[in-house]
Order: sequence, then structure tokens, then C-alpha cells
Amino acid sequence: MYQYNDKDQTLIDERVIQFRDQTERFLKGEIAEDKYRALRLMNGVYIQTHAPLLRVAGPYGLLSSKQLRKLASIARDYDKGFCHFTTRQNIQFNWPALERVPDILEELASVQMHAIQTSGNCLRNTTTDQLAGVAVDELEDPRPYCEIIRQWTIFHPEFAYLPRKFKIAVSGSEQDRAAIRFHDIGLQLVKNDQGETGFQVFVGGGLGRTPIIGQVIRPFLEKKHLLSYLEAILRVYNLYGRRDNKYKARIKILVREAGLAEVRQKVEAEWALIQDKLELSAERISDIQAQFTPPEYQANAAQDTSHAENIATNTDFATWIKHNTAEHKTDGYRAVYISLKAPDSPPGDCTHTQLDAIADMADQYSFGMIRSTHRQNLVLADVKQADLFAVWQKLDTLKCATPNIGKATDMICCPGLDYCGLANAGSIGVAQEINDMLDSIDYVHDLGDLKINISGCMNGCAHQSVGHIGILGVDKKGVEWYQVTLGGSSENDAAIGDRLGPAVSKEDITPTIKILLDVYIEQRLNEEESFLATVRRVGVAPFKEKTYATH
Amino acid sequence: MQLIKDKQVIQDSWIYILDETPLDADYIIVPLVRWQQERDQLSKIKHLGLRLEADVILEDIVDDLSHFQLVELFIPVFTDGRAFTHARLLRSRYGFTGDIRVSGDFMRDQVFYLNRVGVSSFELNDQDNAQQVIQSMDDFSVDSQESVA
Repeated sequence: MYQYNDKDQTLIDERVIQFRDQTERFLKGEIAEDKYRALRLMNGVYIQTHAPLLRVAGPYGLLSSKQLRKLASIARDYDKGFCHFTTRQNIQFNWPALERVPDILEELASVQMHAIQTSGNCLRNTTTDQLAGVAVDELEDPRPYCEIIRQWTIFHPEFAYLPRKFKIAVSGSEQDRAAIRFHDIGLQLVKNDQGETGFQVFVGGGLGRTPIIGQVIRPFLEKKHLLSYLEAILRVYNLYGRRDNKYKARIKILVREAGLAEVRQKVEAEWALIQDKLELSAERISDIQAQFTPPEYQANAAQDTSHAENIATNTDFATWIKHNTAEHKTDGYRAVYISLKAPDSPPGDCTHTQLDAIADMADQYSFGMIRSTHRQNLVLADVKQADLFAVWQKLDTLKCATPNIGKATDMICCPGLDYCGLANAGSIGVAQEINDMLDSIDYVHDLGDLKINISGCMNGCAHQSVGHIGILGVDKKGVEWYQVTLGGSSENDAAIGDRLGPAVSKEDITPTIKILLDVYIEQRLNEEESFLATVRRVGVAPFKEKTYATH
Repeated sequence: MQLIKDKQVIQDSWIYILDETPLDADYIIVPLVRWQQERDQLSKIKHLGLRLEADVILEDIVDDLSHFQLVELFIPVFTDGRAFTHARLLRSRYGFTGDIRVSGDFMRDQVFYLNRVGVSSFELNDQDNAQQVIQSMDDFSVDSQESVA
């Protein structure tokens, strides 16, 4: 894991002082509301329905056990005992008092954490694959590049006041687990014809009100040009992105309106002028890579026989292994998903006792490291097979072993009307109802891979438009309604879901989901054909017909 | 008007001349339109400054930069970050060595960035907190990117 040097630490310490001063000036009435709004947002502070929300950065989703314990203590001392993991691998507190936020920042700074640029119209946290460094389908670990980008983005003086927010994601694996095609810039590590590794660069993807799939602006970018190419894109965006309408200000709209060819031409012209100045040396790359070297794996880990015995004799354990763990590069190890999608708790929430216990487990079983995932779960990436049974038992007592990763009850869900000032409709309640309907885990497993994403408004924080089933809360004359889409995906086969038909009422949304699942079971060719594959083969029509026939 | 230049509070000697106003001052800042219309006459003025709006295309004026001792970047609203790029390019790409001034709706909490992209003077909106504005230029003692000064 990257360890801060003196410069990194000084920067975040000075940020605490600066934000404390800004907040004090605001509370004394010395900064106007609209100006302070921009300043607090760039430090992750929203004003919500109940209290301010503080979004803490989780750089590319990597956290140490020490950091997790700090999050636990902040949840206890400043919040109501829990925090929430977001789709961009960040951490949110829902109940801090504004005047105490500077104190929280000081606590975070003591463990190399901060809330810098987690909101606002600036360069945001760079995200990646939760299996980075351990995935079997990985070309190269993307995290060193994420860290290089993190350093470049923090307080970038030229790009602090962009037309709109700007998000970058990096993937080093064949299977895209970081939704890179739905980011302002997506970077995919690839090999060119000469066998050199570099980046395929996507631009102009995004979700929200106008979901758009990113397009390839450059098929191959040499590693040494990473920052100069990013800078060229950002400069073109800063100068030409729309500032007249915040709903049209993302780079995706610039790419759509000007066309990819024109944006590419501008970016490449700009890049030609700066690429020599911002070149990344091989030494700099290897220095950062040295901070992400694999931990010391046990050479004989695969010789353990207890794991196979446990699988053979305990079906619950075998089921959990099948659904909640992933293959690892190193023999005898697996990556373990910690499900934050227990039936009775809001998706992505984690209590302080869970955080502390997970930190202890990370120390005991996974080299002291934890990752957060794009789908709002956590991962212990390096567990040796002999420990898996104990890890399962411990997670089970924490209610973190629901065997549902990538399944129907592993829903992405925004805070919705329960917390968010922007929401039009509830989302946690809908997730709860769907969970109640899917009360049999065998049925959930029979449904196979299924991604249900629920957002409480058009802003689409829960990525409903790329859910296999997407649910979007809308307000119709003060009443909550839900629009349903089918067939979206944020992975390699990126797609925006198609509308099922007219919105359904709050009381009909769960029965509607049940109908969709029944139609799938009826229509699928066999148990191997996933929900998404079935929707793509038969189209929306059979689902639509059944849904509206009964209403 | 009060001004911060090179981290000192000074009295502003420059006058901004609108499109139709007669040119009767020693230090004159003109809008781009006027420069384009009266280029020959304006070229004779010893102390000439040019005011640029946020939507300016810099490439259109870079050949003329040698005529100006000062370029003023007007920020229409503090969220409009185009001046940050303009300042940086004027300094690092187009070699402008004169004074780069910002005016309009910027705030104290932005001067650290503006200073780093090459802005050398700041027209004060609020006369009372000049010392605090100067202080904020040093809010951070370290950085992770190249600055242009």
C-alpha cells in the first residue's frame, strides 16, 4: 500500500487547517452561502435532509486495518455508529455536525486519509478493480497508476474549477469490474502489437440523467504519457465544456455535441504541445510500483487439505465459497467478498462493530488490508485457503456472509429519500421489500447473476441505468413512482437499460420485480442463460406484456 | 482601487477604458474588441493592458501579446475556471512576462491556485481583508504538480 511521504502528509494537514478556517468563517457569516457551498463540496460535505453528509476518500478502494478502525471510531464518536460505502469506493458518514467536520478531518489525517475532492466540480477519487493485484485475468496491477493519478489530481491548480465533476477509473483486467466505460475517462491496461503494455483510453462515459457509454479516444497510450494525455483532455474540457447548464456540463455532453473526432483532434493537438514536459520516467513508475508489491504469500498454502474437506462436508460453506470468493493469482489463496447486503440492513452500510471486527480479520488473515468495491461490498483479497472456514464463520457472526455477491439481493442502492436532499423517492425501502420477496436463498441462487440497481432520483447515484434491472424513483405530484429498465450493464458488454414501460406505483414495484423474475425463469433457455443474456435474446416485450397485463 | 501585486497591497494605477470612452490616462486597459478595432492607435500607448473575458480563444491574440504590459483575466463567476487555464498558458506556453491580473468574482480561497498558475496581481473585491488574501496564497506549503510563477 502506498505510504504517505512528508509532502503528502503536510498537504492534508494543511488542508485541515484551511477547511477549519473556511468553516469558522462561514459560521461567523464571513463567507456567503453559495461560496461556502462550493468550498465544502470540494471537501465532501453536503447538506442533507437530516444533517451534513461527509464523504471520505477511499483512494482506489484500498484501506488498511488502521484506517478501518479509524472509520469505526469516527462512526462511534461523530455519527450514529455506522458508515456507508459508495459506488466509487468512498466512505460516507450521514450524521456529523458541520462544526465538528474539521475535527473529523484531523482524525482522518492522522491515518493518511482525507475528504479532498470527494465532491464538487473537480477531479474526483480515482477508482479501480477491487481484485487489483490478485485477479487471475489481470495484465498488470492498475493501482500504481491510480496512485500516480491521485497525486496529480490532488489540488491541481488549473483544474480545481471545472464545468462539472470529473471521474477517472482504471482497470488492469480483461473483465471490467470498475465500470470504466461509464467514467469521464476510463483507462484499460492493454498490450499493443509490439507486446508493450499501455492504456486504451475511453472518454465521455457517464451515468446520471444522461447515461452515455464512453468511446475510445486513443487505442494505445504509452505509460510514460499517462499524465500528459490526461492533462490534455482536462485542458480541452476546462476550456470547451459547457458552463451554461449544469445538466449539460459533463465531458460526455461535449463529446456528444462536438463529436468524438473533433474532441480527439483538440486533445491530440494539445497533447503534442505538452507530452515531453509531463513525461513519467520509468523510475518514477517503478518507485510507485514498489509500494504495491505482493505480500509475502506462503509457498505451501495450496498443500492444505482442510479446505477441500470443509467444502465436501459443509454445504453452507461450499455455497459461500462458490458465491462470495474469487480466484486468486497465487495458488492456495482466494479473495473473499464481505457482503454488506444482509437482508435486513441498508445496502453498503457497515456498523462500527463490524468495521472493527473486519479490521481484526484483515490483520489476522489478509495482510492488514481491505478493499471496498464498486458494488458496495468489501474484500479481503489475500486469504489462504486453510483460513477460509474460520473467515466464513466469523463473517457469519457479523452478518457479512450472505452468499449473494453478484446476485439479486446484492443490490446497489443510493440513500434515497431517507437521507438525501435531492431524492424524489425512497430506495432503501424498495431494496428492503425486494429482499423480503427474495427470502429464499435457493431461489436467489437459481436466478443466477443478476444486478439490480435502485436510485431515488434522476441523478442516478446507484447506476440504475446500467443495472440488469434498473429502478429509478420519480416524483409524480408528490407521490413516489418507479421507472424500470432492463438489460443495462457496466461491464465489458456496456449497455444502457431499455425502459420496460410506464412507471409503476410504490405498491406495485416489488410485485413488478417478481413478475420480471418469473418471466426470466420461464423464458431462459436453461439454467446457464443469465437474466441479462435472456433479456438480450428475447427483448423487453415478453417482460412488458406480463407486467402491464396484470395492472 | 486597491490591488495585490506580488503579494503586496498597492494602489492601482491602471484604468479600464470601456469601448467608447476617450483614452486619457497613462495606464490603460482596453477590452479585446477595442484592441481589434483601434489597434494602430492603441499600439502607440506606452502602458497598455488588455482585458480578456472567460470565453476568449487565446490563440487569437497570442501574436499581439508583445503590445501589452498587462493582461487582465476577468472572472464572471467564481465557479468559472477557464481563467486558470488562460493564466497558465499565457505564462508557460506563450511566454507572457508582464503582469497577469485577475478581476471579477474570485474569492480568497482560490488565490492559492491562481498564484500557482501564474497570476501576479489580484484586483480586490473586498478592501478589508487584503492581508488575509495574501496569507491564503500560502495556504499550502507543498504541492504535487508543477507551478508556473
